[in-house]
Amino acid sequence: MDFIIQNVLNALQWGSFYALIALGYTLVYGVLRLINFAHGDIFMVGAYISFFLATFLIGPIIGLSPAVAFVIIVPLTMALTSLVGVTLERIAYRPLRRKGAHRLYVVITALMAGLVLEYSNLALLGASRLKFPALIEKQIWHLGGVTLTNLKVMVIVAAILVFLFLQWVVTRTRVGMAMRAISYDKFAIPLMGIPVDQIIVVTFVLGSGFAGLAGLLFAMSYPVLEPFMGMLIGWKAFIAAVVGGIGDIKGAFVGGFLLGFIEVGVVMVFPSTYRDLFAFTILLLILWMKPSGLFGIPQSTKI
Amino acid sequence: MKKLKILVVLSIVALFATPALAADTIKIGFNIPMTGDIPEVGEGSKNAAEMYLADINGAGGLEVGGKKYMLEFIYMDNESKADSAVNAALKLIEQEEVVAIIGPNSSKQAVPAGGTANENRVPMISPWSTNPSTTLDRPWVFRAAFLDPFQGPVVADFAAKKFGAKTAAVLFDVANDYSVGLAEVFKSAWEAKGLGPVVAYESNGTKDQDFSAQLTTIIAAKPDFIFVPENYNQVALIIPQARDLGYKGPFMGSDAWGTPDLVRLCGEKCNGQYFSTHYAAAGAKGATKVFIDRYTAKYGAEPADYAALTWDSIGLMVEGIKNAGMVDSNPRKMRKAIRDGLAAIKSFEGVTGSSKFNEQGDPIKCAVIVKISDEGTFVFEESVCP
Repeated sequence: MDFIIQNVLNALQWGSFYALIALGYTLVYGVLRLINFAHGDIFMVGAYISFFLATFLIGPIIGLSPAVAFVIIVPLTMALTSLVGVTLERIAYRPLRRKGAHRLYVVITALMAGLVLEYSNLALLGASRLKFPALIEKQIWHLGGVTLTNLKVMVIVAAILVFLFLQWVVTRTRVGMAMRAISYDKFAIPLMGIPVDQIIVVTFVLGSGFAGLAGLLFAMSYPVLEPFMGMLIGWKAFIAAVVGGIGDIKGAFVGGFLLGFIEVGVVMVFPSTYRDLFAFTILLLILWMKPSGLFGIPQSTKI
Repeated sequence: MKKLKILVVLSIVALFATPALAADTIKIGFNIPMTGDIPEVGEGSKNAAEMYLADINGAGGLEVGGKKYMLEFIYMDNESKADSAVNAALKLIEQEEVVAIIGPNSSKQAVPAGGTANENRVPMISPWSTNPSTTLDRPWVFRAAFLDPFQGPVVADFAAKKFGAKTAAVLFDVANDYSVGLAEVFKSAWEAKGLGPVVAYESNGTKDQDFSAQLTTIIAAKPDFIFVPENYNQVALIIPQARDLGYKGPFMGSDAWGTPDLVRLCGEKCNGQYFSTHYAAAGAKGATKVFIDRYTAKYGAEPADYAALTWDSIGLMVEGIKNAGMVDSNPRKMRKAIRDGLAAIKSFEGVTGSSKFNEQGDPIKCAVIVKISDEGTFVFEESVCP
């Protein structure tokens, strides 16, 4: 029994990261119908930004205590990472949109933008890995045969809060209404006096900001950073978003945790060698039965 | 794109430059990981090579058959990937026309690249590869390190003696030839001892960052120790995660742990653990100490085992060239002469100890067990000889 509860906790933590990244994919897709393949790399940039902030703030020049530094790093990382996301939108996606380029070209641009982020990091910082400093004092709680760390709890709570916040923004606020409207008809909406570009910027701020938060939490949980850390997890989170029904906030959240649970569940029951094979076969079966994803609405034009 | 351009320009330059140089230089290629999963390994190898090169060329070159020849080293990045290692080997052979190759270091790249070198009839020495397949039935491929069928039992014996262990668990990287091979050898060595079973045998992927599911399975099986034959970057994640999940027992590692980066990335959590490796810098004597001191003075850090093994590999190569007794401007003939020269080496005294060579081109040499001290340094624990 302990074994199962422990694995449920493992899956919740791992799924939280998928969910946090998948939310960013789905948010941008929901508004622009654009698969932002650079999102996994924005997550990586977020982790690096938090690394530099952390080493700077607790370093000898400023000398803050790690806990105080953490409180400052959270909003600062989110702000700086969203700046990266907005910059990307501004220099890579918006010009193409202005020229009326087909969505396919924007997606390819996104793929390239991701590679540019990866390799500029490699060129600037070198291939050697970085060690993320410990920001919060790790506490290990033993509840019967189950162990839990405060970091694990924080990650899971953060994922749930981010989901609730985004769900609220999209369904309950005027900005959210504008987002949904652009996704519905991007030609009629400017005629209604809705500033499309500003709404798109808000979308990128939200998506990239939470990718930055995910990067920070990830770096704290797995404190070894490398330029390609966002690639695989980004792809997997994208798949999670599609399985959940891309474009739907709830879908990304459920899809992220679903992938986390399937991956951990496969390792629990079968030899761990089969993990990815089984996990993605299961996801394939889900898409086979419901091609638009668990919460998705069927559409005639998708990439 | 820019890289490609530089490459094109370089190969054109090389094309025109080679005939002029060929008469008095010997070109040796290095197939090493300068980017990718283990960039420290590539850097250490290159450092050792540059030092060796400066020694030889500083003394006017290498004397073969009464004439001095300059050495030229060409470094090719294999990105720590198997397919890139094959490409790097082909580039070195076809474009650079090297007469011999040193590297790749890890078995993951050395096994496929060894096949390429063997098919193209180019002598290759892998400094660090311990998987038997690298040299097995490949007359053109040699190595400087001991083999996993030796290393596995060394780890098993030490753990049984030191921890009084009855049961063991293994966590390995399923996409890495080195890790898989060593895990298998260890498992059969442990079971052959008859003390107890391998209670958990779990694997992960190379790019994995979360190991909690595998570790939960391992910890639930209550092993006396966990053997982790993985690269240092993964070890730095695995050990802290196991501690977070409540595991309190010891870990055992293999020679892929042996880089100072392990301590930098892992922090205090890795202190007190043991691993088997090729040599220990602390407490070295004689030629080994001279090498360590010179390297440390030059690069500001102690040479890790792969740096020392690269040094020895170059030493072996030089020995092979001397045995060849002549330098032929035709690379094909030169390669054959070097291969025969290498095969003629029966024993070798290097900075990683003395070794004898068997008919497969594999050295028979001692392994050492190293402890990661509380200060995060690698301390010699004991030496195990075959």
